[in-house]
Formats: sequence, structure tokens, C-alpha cells
Amino acid sequence: MTGQARQQNLKTTSKMASKTIHAIYNDDDLLMQAVKQVRAEHYHIEEVYTPFPVHGLDKVMGLAPTRIAITSFMYGLVGLTVAVLMMNFIMIEDWPQNIGGKPSFSYIENMPAFVPIMFELTVFFAAHLMVITFYMRSKLWPFKKAENPDVRTTDDHFLMAVDAGSHDVKKLTQFLYDTGAMEISLIENEEDH
Amino acid sequence: MYTLPSKLKLFAIIFMVVGAIGIVSGFLTAPSTTAEVKEMMASHGDGHGSDHSAAEESHSTNETHVAEEAHGNEHAQTADAHDSEEAHLEHTLHQMQNRPWSALYIACLFFLFIALGTLAFYGIQYAAQAGWSPVLYRVMEGITAYLPVASVILFVLLLLSAFHINHIFHWMDPELVDPESSHYDKLIAGKSGWLNVPFFLIRAAIFLAGWNLYRYFSRRNSIRQDDADDNRWFKKNFKMSAGFLVFFIVTESMMSWDWIMSFDPHWFSTLFGWYVFAGMMVSAITVIAMVSIVLKKQGYLEFVNDSHIHDLAKYMFGFSIFWTYLWFSQFMLIWYANIPEEVTYFVTRIEDYKLPFFGMLVTNFVFPVLLLMNSDYKRVNWFVILTGIVILAGQYINLFVMVMPGTVGTSWFIGLPEIGSILFFFGLFVFVVFTALTKAPLLAKRNPFMKESKNYHY
Repeated sequence: MTGQARQQNLKTTSKMASKTIHAIYNDDDLLMQAVKQVRAEHYHIEEVYTPFPVHGLDKVMGLAPTRIAITSFMYGLVGLTVAVLMMNFIMIEDWPQNIGGKPSFSYIENMPAFVPIMFELTVFFAAHLMVITFYMRSKLWPFKKAENPDVRTTDDHFLMAVDAGSHDVKKLTQFLYDTGAMEISLIENEEDH
Repeated sequence: MYTLPSKLKLFAIIFMVVGAIGIVSGFLTAPSTTAEVKEMMASHGDGHGSDHSAAEESHSTNETHVAEEAHGNEHAQTADAHDSEEAHLEHTLHQMQNRPWSALYIACLFFLFIALGTLAFYGIQYAAQAGWSPVLYRVMEGITAYLPVASVILFVLLLLSAFHINHIFHWMDPELVDPESSHYDKLIAGKSGWLNVPFFLIRAAIFLAGWNLYRYFSRRNSIRQDDADDNRWFKKNFKMSAGFLVFFIVTESMMSWDWIMSFDPHWFSTLFGWYVFAGMMVSAITVIAMVSIVLKKQGYLEFVNDSHIHDLAKYMFGFSIFWTYLWFSQFMLIWYANIPEEVTYFVTRIEDYKLPFFGMLVTNFVFPVLLLMNSDYKRVNWFVILTGIVILAGQYINLFVMVMPGTVGTSWFIGLPEIGSILFFFGLFVFVVFTALTKAPLLAKRNPFMKESKNYHY
């Protein structure tokens, strides 16, 4: 087969099915190193599955920085506002309370007593709404079937899914072995595309 | 090796000279007779005089007055409503005479706390066998080099108080514990087992000696480790640091009662030691970050990367919140319970020191929280410097509000004596710290965690 024909052949197969290579690593440092090498060779990493958050992996993979911190800050402000309005209604307006022998019936003068509640609700709103946001963004909900390609990634293995695309699979496989992968499998996904 | 830039030396000396002029003129302008006080009040127009008497009147109705009178203390600094004009003027005279001493004392203590807090932070790094921070050890050692200097000055100031050259420590007045005297104060007499001049000085000597001994030996071992073949000196420092930290937290707590809380001898708070500690740590870590950034800008400390600054900024952020937490814990419980002998402390501060008392919540809490919350901002050096300056100003105010109400009462102002004292001690601090940095290589190269620290990456 000539070079040109071979190229043609590969092109047609990639149209029919997308090929993904799953490389499994058993150490997070090794994985980090491998991600760097794979990206340096301009291969496309579709996803990395890890049993625990690997510090710095997002930066190495070149993912866009998370915006969850911004949402968290805003949720915190919502919580603070809810706390202020709630305590003002309950303790000052609806049923005025004598707080610490200082019955001034003014929110601001009794504010120190409400600070723990303001703090707690700020944290409560920020934490819970942040988690819910994270679930929604990750398309997670109760009873959802796991998208995890290999159950060992929930235990002690790390899986890197590399898009084989139009690359030479043999060469790519060899390359991944050299980065320290302990197991490599080629996944042909017919349903895609 | 770092060499002291001649510009920096000149800068420090100018600060010291200008500061000294401020301190001296503060002492010279302090009134020596009640006639001068009267004149000063008149020259300020109605403003000060009438303000003062208005405050005095309001005192006669609040709890402060009730509490003080119940204790039979005719001499307390804040609130007694004096019948005669002359007694009132004399009271103001004492406050005004105390002011330059208090200003000097606060500035001295503030910079001592920076060195002491750094020493404690350094001890924690050793005891925890921290891997991220060894590149900063020489910077910390440079800052703690100010500790011996500050200790000597502070001890001299305490001696001057003990020998009644100044009267900033009210409880040192022997009449208060003399049952025969008309000024006899039952509460202070009851505390005289702890609060008496000889024991006070002995304690101060023990505290200062203990801290300085650890500083001397840890620095010596750190330099010996540079040329060692094994980790012997590191291990010695590790053990010594663990011991020092125990000694430190006990003595720091007692120190805070002696040197700060005793300005209000009737009042007490059980978390005062922690509160002072939090302020000390946040100032110390801020200064570590600032000195590191300054040295980096001058082209030294090439091994200190943004991640190290990031971590220091996280500590600034965290300890600012910790300080606020303790401030609030102390305030809220006393405010809520509203027990007269406790609440006087805050009544005085809110009535006479409203702006600095609440203002420091902005500088020490709101400002650092908002500026350093974003992860990326902690890596922007000028952001850290800017926040650091505000934090340090806020922590000075914190100390100011702890000391001044007990020594000068309503006659406070941030003027010549205060600013002069800050400038003087700042100049001295810069001079001592940056001179000490020239004495040893800026990298403690043989530290067993050095490789980890150099490669540290957040």
C-alpha cells in the first residue's frame, strides 16, 4: 500500500468510528508526568479518571480555570442576606426580643448577637449551593449510571483517555507505554458520530 | 551573600533621626503643670475642653462609673467624676504626661511582636519539619535578629515604669495596695501576689531571656548546618523548637497579661493571650512576606517562587480571620453578658475610641479578606505588599486600642509622639534586620528539606 492510500484508508475508518486509547497508570506522579508528555506531543486528552483529586492535574491538562469560587462567593452573599433578613424579621419585627437585657429593638444595636447566625448561614449557603452547582455542571444526579470506563479508577488506578483520531495507533501505543502506562486498550466507539 | 545597600542604610537612619525628633518633641510638649493643661485646652478652643467635660458627664451615668466606684477606686484612669475643676485638670495632666511614654511603649512592643511572632513561626516550621518554607529560613532569622535589640529597649522601658519615672502602669502605684491609704484599691491589692513590681520584672526577664536563648541557639545551629556532613544540627533545632514552642505559648500568654492587660488592672479576659498571639502572628507573617518580596525585587532569593509568596499570603489571610474570630469572641461574650466589671473595658473603647476600635475591623478583617480571597491575587506581589501595609497599620491600631485607654484615657491622638515612635522603631527594625541578613548566606543550603522547598509548587 502506498503512503497516500494508507492515509486515505485511515481517514475513512475515523469517519466511521472514533477511536480512543485508554491508558491506565498506577501512580499519580506518573500520571502527571504522562499528561505533560502526551500534551507536549500534541495528542488530545479526552478525559482523565482518577480515584481522588490529583493536585495540579487541571492546570497540566490545560483545562479552563474553574468559576465555582465566584459562584461560591455569590452564594455566600445570598446566605448573609438571608440571615440578616430572617433575624430582622424573627427577632426584631415579628416578635421583638429582649436581647441580653438590652431591649433596643434595633437590628444594628443587637447585631453582635446575630453574627454567629450570619456567619453560619453564609457558610451553609456557600457550601451547599456550591455542591449542588458542581453536581449540575458535572451532570450528576441520583441513580445516574456511572460514566466511568473502568471500575479500577474508583479504587487505585488512573485512566487517561487519549483521542486516537487520525494518529498512528501503534506509534501512539508505544509512546504511551514509554510514559509508564501499565495497561493500554483501544476502544472503538461505533455509536459516536 | 546579601550586602546592605547604602541607600537602605541611609533610609533607615533618616527614619530613626526623624522618629527621635518626634519622640523628643513629644516629651517636651507634654505639660508639666495643671496651668499648662488649662492653657493647652484653651488654645484648642472650646473643642477639646467641652468635648472632654461632656464625656465626663456622660460617664457619671454609665456603668463605668458605677463599677469603678463600687470598687472604691478613686484614682481610676477613665471615669471618676471629679467635683473640682482642679482635680479634673490634674487627671488630664497625668494622661497627657503618660502619652509620649505610651506612644513609645506601643511602638516598641509592636516591633518586638513582629520579631517574636516570626520566631514562633520559625519554631513551628522546624517542629513540623515543614518542606515548603526552608528557603525562607534566613529571612525569618534576619527578622528575629531584631528580638535582642527590642528586648533590651522594652526591658529598659519596663524598668523606667517600675522606678516610677513614668506612670503608665497604674497598678505600680504603691498607695493602691496600702490599706492605710485613701487610694487603697481592694481589687488591685487582691492581685498584688501576681502584679507586684519585683515579680513583674523577674517574669519579664525570664520571658525575654528564654526567647532570646532559643533565638541565639537556633540561629547558631542553622548556620552550623550549612557546612555539616549530616543532619545533626537540624535535629538539634527540631528538638529545641518543640521545647521552645511549649515555653513560648505559656510565656506569651503571661506576657500579654503583664505587658498589656495590666493596663486595665481591674479587668480580665481569659482569651487575651490568644488574642495578642493572633495579632502578633499576622503582623509577623506579613513582615516575612514583605521582606521576602523586597529582597526578591533586589535580585536576591531567586529560589523563592510565587508559590512561597502564595503560601505566606494564605497565612496572612487565615490569621486575619483568626484575629477577628478572637476579637469577636472576646467582644460578644462580654457585650452579651453585660456584667459591669467586664463591660467597662468595651464601654471605654466604644465611647472614647470609636473610630480606631471599629476602624481596625475594616483594616484587619474586611480589607485582607476581600483583597486576598482570590487565589491569583495572593501571587501578585504588589497586592500582598499593599494588603500587608494595611494589616500592619491595623495591627498597630489594635495595640493602640489595647494600651491607650488604660494609660491616657480620653487624651489620645495619633500625633507627633505616636508617629515619631513608629518611625524611630521602624528605622531601627529595618537597620537591624537588613544588617543581620548580610551576616549569612540567604540560602540555608544544607537543610535536609531544601530540595523540596526549592521545588515547591502549589
